[in-house]
Amino acid sequence: MSEVVISPRPIVPGELGAALTEPGAGAFVGFEGRVRNRNEGRAVERLEYEAYAPLAEKEGARIIAEACERWPILAAHCVHRTGMLEIGDYAVWVGVVSPHRDEAFAACRYIIDEVKVRLPIWKKEYYTDGDSGWVNCERCAAGHQHESATAG
Amino acid sequence: MSKQVTVRYFAAFRERAGRAEEAVETEADTAADLFEALRDRHGSAEPRGHCKVAINDEMADWTTPLKDGDTVLLFPPVAGG
Repeated sequence: MSEVVISPRPIVPGELGAALTEPGAGAFVGFEGRVRNRNEGRAVERLEYEAYAPLAEKEGARIIAEACERWPILAAHCVHRTGMLEIGDYAVWVGVVSPHRDEAFAACRYIIDEVKVRLPIWKKEYYTDGDSGWVNCERCAAGHQHESATAG
Repeated sequence: MSKQVTVRYFAAFRERAGRAEEAVETEADTAADLFEALRDRHGSAEPRGHCKVAINDEMADWTTPLKDGDTVLLFPPVAGG
């Protein structure tokens, strides 16, 4: 079971970890990403994740293949949520099994780091003051007229 | 040379464009040219290097030449995890 799945359903870490069984596995390392109530000084009420699943799963499979090439792991699995999430909900889960712990820690770290920067997934924060905004995209709503205005 | 492509907008770009998809007649040679030509649509001041593009459901480089009939997916800066 080595794949990345984009899912609108709640993540149940216990089930995912239990499903990651390999007879040669002496180590399991898991990472759970949860929704927290603050980001960059603002109080967050909930999050909405949007993903383009066909490409996110394809690019995710590449990331896991890369991890399998770099470290002698037995299997890796990742699930990333879409939809509206509340504080404390699981946003992403990564699990890796390997004969020994070092490679499982390293591969798990690699997978979550790459997932965050490579998959077509977007996060919208809804703040307690009623405002909302797309993360990492503060200039997306800015309009380019300002650029044009100064360019001439 | 003028070509017809389908452009799909995601997340902040979709909200800004007010649509998820549109047919575009364009003179753009590359994905980068198209992104710049469409700044009036997605309205973003985000540097192109922070964004990603996919063509016909494959991640692509901004330098990829466009062909008539391509579907171009414009991705604003990603934020998974």
